[in-house]
Amino acid sequence: MSQASLQRLKNALHEIYAFMTMTKSSIVGVIIVVGYIFIAFVGPYVVPIRLVGTFEPNLPPSLDHLAGTDHLGRDLFGFIVHGAMQVIVLATMTSLITTFLAVTIGTAAGIVGGKANAFLTFCTDVMLTIPGFPLTIVLATMIRGSPNMLLLASVLAIIGWPAQARSIRSQVLSVKNRDFVEASRSVGLGTAYIIFFDILPSLAPYIVISTMRAMINAIYSLVGLSILGALPYDETSWGIIINRAINQGHALLVPAARTALIVPLVAIVILQISVILLSSSFEIMFNPRLRDKTLRSKKKREGQTE
Amino acid sequence: MRWVYVRLILAALTIFTTTNIIFFLIRLMPGNIVDYEINYYVGEMGWTSEEAYEFLSAAYGLTLDKPFHEQYLSFMANIFTGELGRSLRYGQMPVINIVATAIPWTVFTVSISLFASFLLGIVCGIFTAYRHGSKSDKALTVSSIVVDAIPNYVIAYFLLILLASEWDIFPMALAYDVTRVKPGFNLSFVLDVLWHATLPVISYTVSQFAGWALMMRSTTVSVLGEDYVFAAEARGLKGSKIMWKYVGRNAMLPMFTLLAIRIGHIFGGSTLIENVFSYPGMGKYIADSISTRDYPIMQGLFFIIAVSVTLSNLLGDLLYARLDPRVRLK
Repeated sequence: MSQASLQRLKNALHEIYAFMTMTKSSIVGVIIVVGYIFIAFVGPYVVPIRLVGTFEPNLPPSLDHLAGTDHLGRDLFGFIVHGAMQVIVLATMTSLITTFLAVTIGTAAGIVGGKANAFLTFCTDVMLTIPGFPLTIVLATMIRGSPNMLLLASVLAIIGWPAQARSIRSQVLSVKNRDFVEASRSVGLGTAYIIFFDILPSLAPYIVISTMRAMINAIYSLVGLSILGALPYDETSWGIIINRAINQGHALLVPAARTALIVPLVAIVILQISVILLSSSFEIMFNPRLRDKTLRSKKKREGQTE
Repeated sequence: MRWVYVRLILAALTIFTTTNIIFFLIRLMPGNIVDYEINYYVGEMGWTSEEAYEFLSAAYGLTLDKPFHEQYLSFMANIFTGELGRSLRYGQMPVINIVATAIPWTVFTVSISLFASFLLGIVCGIFTAYRHGSKSDKALTVSSIVVDAIPNYVIAYFLLILLASEWDIFPMALAYDVTRVKPGFNLSFVLDVLWHATLPVISYTVSQFAGWALMMRSTTVSVLGEDYVFAAEARGLKGSKIMWKYVGRNAMLPMFTLLAIRIGHIFGGSTLIENVFSYPGMGKYIADSISTRDYPIMQGLFFIIAVSVTLSNLLGDLLYARLDPRVRLK
């Protein structure tokens, strides 16, 4: 590795470190998200999963069973760990597909204008009229057999893109006539150049944050669908664990069976909170005014002077 | 005035397109109500599947075997005369009757919580924006961000576990207790309904409140930097007058559009919240009709929701034009 690229790597690491330690909530957000990713991809190889109950049913969390056991005496920690991958992979895929659709359609509508704009705006409005979550249930019934991740992610993305496309379109409209775009146009640069090197980079912060938002919505729908039993049956899916705890374990009637309901709920809450903390840290990082203020107050806290 | 007509035509076109999409999507779903019920007759009653199929087809009036284009034409013709068809499952009950029993519950719970969360959000948003950067602002804002990220049904489950299962303060399910009260205008019924609606309303309110508060905070912060606020301060106006007449009003403006859109969604409710509380509203009926493939109910409910959403979007645009003169001048 050359000296220059080593330096660049060092700078990048420094930037990431600075981002991570910017605020308390960004530290927490980064640590939890990394923890979830680790659990999702390494966990399944370390933590065994037993589909047949071999323990006492309805045990509360303890050192032997980190997440307790369900009504059939199965260790819940294994289920949560194995289900984490599905949630994380699907939420990531869904948010990327949503963002891709929204950016493509929103930018096209904003740039082209005229009839194409009217048509794309109309499509967006139509999609926003159909009740989103019920639409997902209808589409999910068409997924049969083994759950195909890409297909499922596309279904979840269908309800996400319209709102996002609409706001990206209005952002494009406001950026379109700014000076730096006019400058590119006046020296004869093409539309493609202007889109990819002028407009999209200036929207990048907004796009990143709305991708995180899409991820949160994807987790909402994904778990919601499996709570209703609207997805192909998957033993380890968090929503299915909730569904089973209520319908088979009678968690709302049998206090001891509550563990199996509370554990996946807590897992969802912590995951959602960490994603939103991460997204609000991105917001601070991308917004120069907020970032300077945050860094200044951090320096003050640490008693440093510039 | 011309753009009003354009908006009206667009709204009609939106409803038409949506209705078509819904019709075709529903027909693309695998399985039908006969498949759903056949398992029961074959499994529980010991019939052969041919017997069961014949019986069920006869019972459901064979509407499923009509050619596709006939189904489409009759559906479209009926919709435009206001006839939503009859349910397949609930003994041929007209869909409109099912809507009439479901819609009041949903509108009741969702509208109370929508307005409660809107008002609370506005007050909290102004409060935090005025104390921008203070400890109370930070605490409230961080907790709003956190609550905003938690799915509403998770909040609902926690409320149910704590207040209904553990402490037994509120009921577990349904809209009223059939064994204890009689529907009608009597005090015990009204109290029972309110008692049953408390947890769903709290769930909706808590989960929506955070979003309103965050939005109001950010619009208020930007309005606070405007020249006319400085001018008002320079003129020596009272702080509370500036807060509500100058800052609050302008900061609320963008929120009214969203409020109008949300009002349209009052009729849809939340499938997942209604599922958690077994609350007999629109969301619950939609989920049930999808899983039993009761086409007429599905179509009817989707149609009603789509119409109300479109109309309220229209209303929102018109309202915004009235509130913000800049739009009218365009």
